[in-house]
Amino acid sequence: MSNPLLIEYLPIIIFLAIAVGIASAMLIASLLVAKQNPDSEKLSAYECGFEPFADARSKFDVRFYLVAILFIIFDLEVAFLFPWAVALGDIGMFGFWSMMIFLGILTIGFIYEWKKGALEWE
Amino acid sequence: MGEIWTTYGFPGVIIVAQILAVTVPLLIAVAYMVYAERKVLAMMQLRQGPNLVGPWGLLQSFADALKMIGKEMIIPAGANRVVFIFAPVLTMVLALVAWAVIPFDLGWVIADINVGILYLFAISSLGVYGIIMAGWASNSKYAFLGSLRSAAQMVSYEVSIGLVIITVLLCVGSLNLTDIIVAQSGAGGFWGWFFVPLFPMFVIFFISALAETNRAPFDLPEGESELVGGFHTEYSGMTFGLFFLGEYANMILMSAMTTVLFLGGWLPPLEMAPFTWIPGPVWFVLKIAFCLFVFIWVRATLPRYRYDQLMRLGWKVFLPFSLIWVVLTAGVLVAFGWLPD
Repeated sequence: MSNPLLIEYLPIIIFLAIAVGIASAMLIASLLVAKQNPDSEKLSAYECGFEPFADARSKFDVRFYLVAILFIIFDLEVAFLFPWAVALGDIGMFGFWSMMIFLGILTIGFIYEWKKGALEWE
Repeated sequence: MGEIWTTYGFPGVIIVAQILAVTVPLLIAVAYMVYAERKVLAMMQLRQGPNLVGPWGLLQSFADALKMIGKEMIIPAGANRVVFIFAPVLTMVLALVAWAVIPFDLGWVIADINVGILYLFAISSLGVYGIIMAGWASNSKYAFLGSLRSAAQMVSYEVSIGLVIITVLLCVGSLNLTDIIVAQSGAGGFWGWFFVPLFPMFVIFFISALAETNRAPFDLPEGESELVGGFHTEYSGMTFGLFFLGEYANMILMSAMTTVLFLGGWLPPLEMAPFTWIPGPVWFVLKIAFCLFVFIWVRATLPRYRYDQLMRLGWKVFLPFSLIWVVLTAGVLVAFGWLPD
């Protein structure tokens, strides 16, 4: 309770608790009010009138995985850019050109993956 | 005892009151957002829209909410029950807690943390978890495919949103949302707001916001003609209701972010007499309402994208373009010495 930096985050914790409370209250209210009347047909997964004939957690296209990996690279880059953008006034030309070199290397990688067809969907 | 009350109890009560003062109007705003969407869509298609429940149908959303509470909550037999229930709760909670840092006027903010925009960025990134968890836990093919698509779409557009935020930060030099709005007040009118100097970034941000919230024309995750209901195919009753509320609260949040970053927050469009009489929070709400209207307008106007078009737009157009603009903005600011201290 002494660190003023942490005090600023106290309302967010309280907000989190209240938000969880609101969401759970809605679910519980619904559970209390609504009549639950399950049967085996109702509980089967929806599949256009068929019985679901296989587990849904099957193989999926590798491109989704590729998108996730590319996202990690670029999101990390954005994470590096945040402090740079805020401090650019203080770090001067050296800071500016360091980031330009970093972005340049990243752009080379981006061009490579583009040419390799990692961004293609058909 | 009295001392504990004055040190902890009283500030605590104030914080709780502030939080409720944001959350309750937000939930009512969500209800009226749904109503407004149905009404505006109806008018754009020369229909009446909801007009039976209450005067002009104004109570329609509340009737819908009551119906939703009375509906049975079906949990599919093959589903992972805990994750299945947790996913909508998470979506709803994330859509609410992000509002802790939104400033409605100078000083009108629940938590004025100095990394406000980073907090918003983090919370909106976490939204992907709700969708992935819903799709995986449902154990249904449609839900699984819908959640994969939705997650890939959201992370793709998040990259360009991040780069757009960087261009704004370069012009502000602070991560605090209040500072971002105050930085737009210098010129004395709307030409000082960041949508003027950074207009292309404003457009990219808004389109990415459409994609982030899975709205038309990027509503492929719930493209009903191919995937039934997308990631919430298996959800019913209030579990679906929470997704629905979360989605609309997210739309309002994205509009609020657009307002803060580009439309000058609570600032009046001109710093002169008739405009300055209207209090700041009213301007803030009006700008959010305008953004939300554009959300609906786009939905009424544009057909849905194909998935390959969507990914191409995100990775091959927005990403390089916003990256170039980051470099350009930084270069111009450094070259002319316009950097904020």
